[in-house]
Amino acid sequence: MVTFTRAGRSLPRQAAIALGVLAALVLAAVVAPLLAPYAFDALDLANRRGAPSAAHWFGTDELGRDLFTRVLYGARVSLAVGLVSAAVSVAIGVTIGATAGWAGRWLDAVLMRFTDAMLSVPRLPLLMIAAAVLTPSVPLLIVMVGAAGWMETARVVRAEVQSLKANDFVTAARAVGATSARVVMRHVLPGVLPTAAVATTLAVGRGILLESALSFFGVGVQPPTASWGNMLYQAQTTMSSEPWLGIFPGAFIFLTVLCCNVLGTALTDADAPIRANAGPRRWRPAFLGSVRRATPAEPLR
Amino acid sequence: MRFAARRLAQAIPLLLVVSVIVFALIHAAPGGPLSLYLDNPNVRPEDIARLRRAMGLDRPLGVQYLSWLWAFVRGDWGYSYADGRPVLERLMERVPATLQLVGVSTIVAVLVSIIVGVAAALRRGADHVASVIAVAGLSIPVFWFGLVLQLVFSNMLGWLPSSGRTSFGGGGIADRLAHVVLPVTVLAVAHAAGWSRYLRGSVRLALAQPFANAARARGVGEGRIVLRHALRHALLPFATVVLLDASIMASGAVVTESVFAWPGIGSLFTEALAKRDYTVLMAFLMCASAAVVMLSFVADVAVHALDPRTRDQH
Repeated sequence: MVTFTRAGRSLPRQAAIALGVLAALVLAAVVAPLLAPYAFDALDLANRRGAPSAAHWFGTDELGRDLFTRVLYGARVSLAVGLVSAAVSVAIGVTIGATAGWAGRWLDAVLMRFTDAMLSVPRLPLLMIAAAVLTPSVPLLIVMVGAAGWMETARVVRAEVQSLKANDFVTAARAVGATSARVVMRHVLPGVLPTAAVATTLAVGRGILLESALSFFGVGVQPPTASWGNMLYQAQTTMSSEPWLGIFPGAFIFLTVLCCNVLGTALTDADAPIRANAGPRRWRPAFLGSVRRATPAEPLR
Repeated sequence: MRFAARRLAQAIPLLLVVSVIVFALIHAAPGGPLSLYLDNPNVRPEDIARLRRAMGLDRPLGVQYLSWLWAFVRGDWGYSYADGRPVLERLMERVPATLQLVGVSTIVAVLVSIIVGVAAALRRGADHVASVIAVAGLSIPVFWFGLVLQLVFSNMLGWLPSSGRTSFGGGGIADRLAHVVLPVTVLAVAHAAGWSRYLRGSVRLALAQPFANAARARGVGEGRIVLRHALRHALLPFATVVLLDASIMASGAVVTESVFAWPGIGSLFTEALAKRDYTVLMAFLMCASAAVVMLSFVADVAVHALDPRTRDQH
């Protein structure tokens, strides 16, 4: 069983299922050319706008392209955006959070005020404007989505580092002459790992949602590259006549994000049962010391 | 009072940093705010140069920022590139629709989350079901959920209108109600999912406090303990979370409004985005961020005033 949680317990069943589904999706995306029954851009003009059938499991689009094939290839883009943007956002978040938490004083104040400011700007509109202005390629889009999601991680990591640095083992390490960099890398950051694992899992789901929302508004991944989001963008006008074109890509977004959130919640519970019992964390600006902290994923309305 | 002043002193620099972020974002575009004209073959390069001078875009960025900020604070938000009308006017005419949508869905979501949250805090079975639905509600892509609801209830069943705030030429109560159902469902599900979990956690915490045990020892029934003691204890933090989320929603539920063609601020944003109408976009981002900062401030001061437990922490 998977035992990368602090207490070394195995994951509960629903989390194991979620992990399995995610792994299957990633695998299917990687071997898409082998699995796909048709070529990515194969046209079947005799069979345009076809409903799901034995030959075309998910139906065909307005050019007669097989939707199942396109969903498989779309998975490559959507999952890549989710996974890589999560890595980007957690890397930025851990760096900023650990720096602020370890350094304290003015550096902490500056970094946290900046984090608060970034949290105050609504994430989706900010990204939509940035994407409209820059018309990014897929790699740039990944960086942008990642850069829009580091704030929660930074706040949680900062709090974690602050409490870790008060421990005796940190004092001991410094007493034997370890440099700050060494203490942080060897003694403090490993303690942040469980938090970072949770943050990464949730960030994957959020990244996929953000990419699909951007693509849904036509400012994300551009055709001919297929992502689940831009397939929905193309499908929205024909929802009543060819509903399958929208239902399948959206269902895959839902399934993937659901698995990420189930896994993230289970990891949180395993890491800190008492904290988990106090309800989901919520984000609040730092100066609101009075109330508790951030949910897994704020809904994108 | 001193508390409020201190919090205000923190909120204002925060707003300034936000304004720098917003300003930098628009000016990061290749060609800046005039990038729309760069691709237009009918606009000559000398016209663009003239426009740059006329709009003051040739001045140093710092000067431009300060003059923009000063104008913004005075309420001079400029004119829409798309139709030449004042930005403030365009935003204001969209406010009622957004307030209606946000108001109704907040009320629905609060009622649902109180019922679900309390039930989940008390019964294991209910908790299990509620947690599954909540995770699903937090994971469902809003735009897809909206499209599916339209498909089922408008196209297939024909029960409800698929978009808009009223029918063409309509406007009766029944007509307005019918139009509000689907977008409110989408928004309420998205919010109730998070809020009900939050409330469940707070009620659980309250039930574990000594005062709940004291009430039990006096022989007070469990139902009464929950309603009269635990829920009262849990409602204040819950209210601040609702207020904060609603503040983000007040900037317009961008996705929901555009899926349902709801004529609010959110769909104004997507229309402006399609036309690269930067003055409208900047005003939108500034208002949305300011709403978040100011309502956080209000929530914090209100909690401080209402809840003595928070005072000794500062």
